Amino acid sequence: MNKTINLTLKIWRQKDRSDKGRFETTPARDISTDMSFLEMLDVVNERLTLEGREPIAFEHDCREGICGSCGTMVNGRAHGPLKGTSLCQLHMRHFKDGDTLTIEPWRARAFPVIKDLVVDRSAYDRIIQAGGYVSVNTGSAPEANTLPVPPELAEKAMDAAACIGCGACVAACPNASAMLFVSAKISQLALLPQGRPEADRRALAMVRAMDACGFGNCSNHRECENACPKEISIANIARLNREFLHAGFISHET
Amino acid sequence: MRLDAKIPAGPLAQKWDRHRFETKLVNPANRRKYSILVVGTGLAGASASASLAELGYDVKTFCIHDSPRRAHSIAAQGGINAAKNYPNDGDSIWRLFYDTVKGGDFRAREANVYRLAQVSNAIIDQCTAQGVPFAREYGGLLANRSFGGAQLSRTFYARGQTGQQLLLGAYSAMMRQAAAGRVHLFPRREMLDLVVVNGQARGIVARNLLTGEIERHAGHAVLLCTGGYGNVYFLSTNAKACNVTATYRAYKRGAFFANPCFTQIHPTCIPVHGTYQSKLTLMSESLRNDGRVWVPKTPGDKRAPTEIPEAERDYFLERKYPSFGNLVPRDVASRNAKEQCDQGKGVGDTGLAVYLDFADAIQRDGKATIAKKYGNLFQMYEKITGDDPYRTPMMIYPAVHYTMGGLWVDYNLMSTVPGLFVLGEANFSDHGANRLGASALMQGLADGYFVIPATIGGYLAGTRFEAVTTGDAGFADAERQVAEQTRRLLSIGGKRTVDDFHRQLGLTMWDHCGMSRTNAGLERARAVIRELRAEFWRDVRVPGSAADLNQSLEKAGRVADFMEFAELMVLDALARQESCGGHFNEAFQTEENEARRDDQNFCHVAAWEFTGEGRDPNLHKEPLSFENVQLTQRSYK
Repeated sequence: MNKTINLTLKIWRQKDRSDKGRFETTPARDISTDMSFLEMLDVVNERLTLEGREPIAFEHDCREGICGSCGTMVNGRAHGPLKGTSLCQLHMRHFKDGDTLTIEPWRARAFPVIKDLVVDRSAYDRIIQAGGYVSVNTGSAPEANTLPVPPELAEKAMDAAACIGCGACVAACPNASAMLFVSAKISQLALLPQGRPEADRRALAMVRAMDACGFGNCSNHRECENACPKEISIANIARLNREFLHAGFISHET
Repeated sequence: MRLDAKIPAGPLAQKWDRHRFETKLVNPANRRKYSILVVGTGLAGASASASLAELGYDVKTFCIHDSPRRAHSIAAQGGINAAKNYPNDGDSIWRLFYDTVKGGDFRAREANVYRLAQVSNAIIDQCTAQGVPFAREYGGLLANRSFGGAQLSRTFYARGQTGQQLLLGAYSAMMRQAAAGRVHLFPRREMLDLVVVNGQARGIVARNLLTGEIERHAGHAVLLCTGGYGNVYFLSTNAKACNVTATYRAYKRGAFFANPCFTQIHPTCIPVHGTYQSKLTLMSESLRNDGRVWVPKTPGDKRAPTEIPEAERDYFLERKYPSFGNLVPRDVASRNAKEQCDQGKGVGDTGLAVYLDFADAIQRDGKATIAKKYGNLFQMYEKITGDDPYRTPMMIYPAVHYTMGGLWVDYNLMSTVPGLFVLGEANFSDHGANRLGASALMQGLADGYFVIPATIGGYLAGTRFEAVTTGDAGFADAERQVAEQTRRLLSIGGKRTVDDFHRQLGLTMWDHCGMSRTNAGLERARAVIRELRAEFWRDVRVPGSAADLNQSLEKAGRVADFMEFAELMVLDALARQESCGGHFNEAFQTEENEARRDDQNFCHVAAWEFTGEGRDPNLHKEPLSFENVQLTQRSYK
């Protein structure tokens, strides 16, 4: 079960936003196959530190696939080779002794690189601010069971709500589109009766904010769905398009 | 100094109403003149930010992550309790109150816990209205499940991602206020000191984690919503950024730290499997609804679990606690797992694990039903361990999960520093010596949505504020100290990494101040911690500079505080010569190895006062009086 492997990392190093950046080759030795990908990077960083070099900056926090902090391209794939898995949940047993891994940050105009593998994803927060909520002040909510929600709708809403905001969909998309992220939030709230009153305004505002942040358009490559660690379906994008068209043509919202 | 909890007079059920009536209000037009600094954006911080901004206060909110949505509340799995009594199984506010006080082994304040139970129902209403996709029954109404320490179903849930959904609800409410210009967000900031002016909390000093700049922020009140300190053990289920720095620095500025030795060891975590391991992963307690915990009856039995016949298995929780079975509270379940492993009956490579078996549930309800309830947890387990829990039992072992201790607060959630409020896991208030499952989410949101909006007005309206600016001496002094520590950390250039020190500190704490404690072990731990701390400041190596994103430097500052804080935990554990809840001193146990309280001498909150570097802190005691529940030996038999 537990064995160790040796790897070669070709890893992106970039000092700051203005630095051009470059690949650096460094070994990852005696890596237990039970380690997570991030634990492998920890081991490399411990070595770099003791060698008097700067460790690789990478974002991480919960290390159980829910906070959405982590994520890099591994051999050209967002979050690495395993489907439905964020980088922190990817274990080294999925790699072979002697493998070379190319590790890069998310690449997108709307996600500028800050340092090494760390990017600026604040665009996502700006999109949510534009309308990713139900306007209900604390204290003004009705009794929870006054509004029944058919379980199949609640389940679909939950499927969409599972988005962790990691940015893999943008990184995987040839157009760096954020449609999967935006559609997940719009779908969750459009499916639930609580979200309906603001659905038109929300769809228009969030799509506008997405455009303003510099994300590209969706041209149905489906790479986002494939890269998503929570396997959010592109059916949500279809729903976003319906919501957006409805809002644009039929509603009074502008 | 006498600790005054400011518990309102009158019958328990009327205290909160009465208190709200007697508390001064701030005129809506005046609220915008008050600036509130909120540190942390988990359930408590996000819900407080949103609610205070809705009331009209000027809110500045700080978070350590790139986005407030990533706070560690997001990782809570199982659910949130409320006394709705939808299943008609006998629940009530009183019962939720009673279960929580009893679950905490009678070391929490009655009045606080009762209020928590009172507002629990409004939390469910609020979250549902925000679009939190709670699980539903066929008719479209909300579903409930059972959790440890209760014999009924009062837990609301969104698959195994309840924390995520509740946090995103609170986050979105806060973002709505940010869009309206009433919440000013400061992401990627780490609070490094509290600024106290004329005895009042009037600001914070924070490091911009991208530029390294030390920033000064002034306000009329500071809310710490910075979570728990479980990462003092290095290995825990906490996210990597969780730390004690904000609360510990506040302690050094005069806020008392209460019950620091009360730590929750969660029974169902994936066992440790290597020295490189960076964190532990929880498997939700909800699994104990259907999973059966067992070990082989014979010590050293190395057969595969499926080859061990029924007659040779010991379902030890069901055997010892027939009425609660696998759903005993967390501290009881954890201690029993340890006891079995200590007897040599542990399973797996390390012998430090017990089985959590779903075979019976799958046979009874079918694989599809079990997958619907726990699918994502089973998947996560398989990803980490490479084993399929549909076919072979899970292996679990207890791990550090939550800390009941925290900064001391009164009924208004205000600490011993006027103007410094503490919410959620960062305070000590509601869970006593052991927190029941699905109660952390309830408390974080109760504090943020409903308690602080009602209590902060009383402080603001009843206090005279001098004009304070960030140019004042208090800010300069705090900034100088922070900059000095940074300079020192970067200049040592020793031979050991921060993680190396942290790991060693964690092991010491786990061995001596973990699931079971002895006086000798605690004394030893204290000495080891002191040596290790001295060595840290002599031999740590922190690469990089202070003027950009430097994750090693961030960690070093947090570990430096853990090194001091660990000693406070040990002191507290030594001072509490009894066992209660998660604090188990081997010298104090019943014949059946349950925690034996000493209500005569220790029915109090231990609140520690900082007295200066290198000096022992002062212990203050807040007596706990129980007027509505009877103190009994907890029994889950």
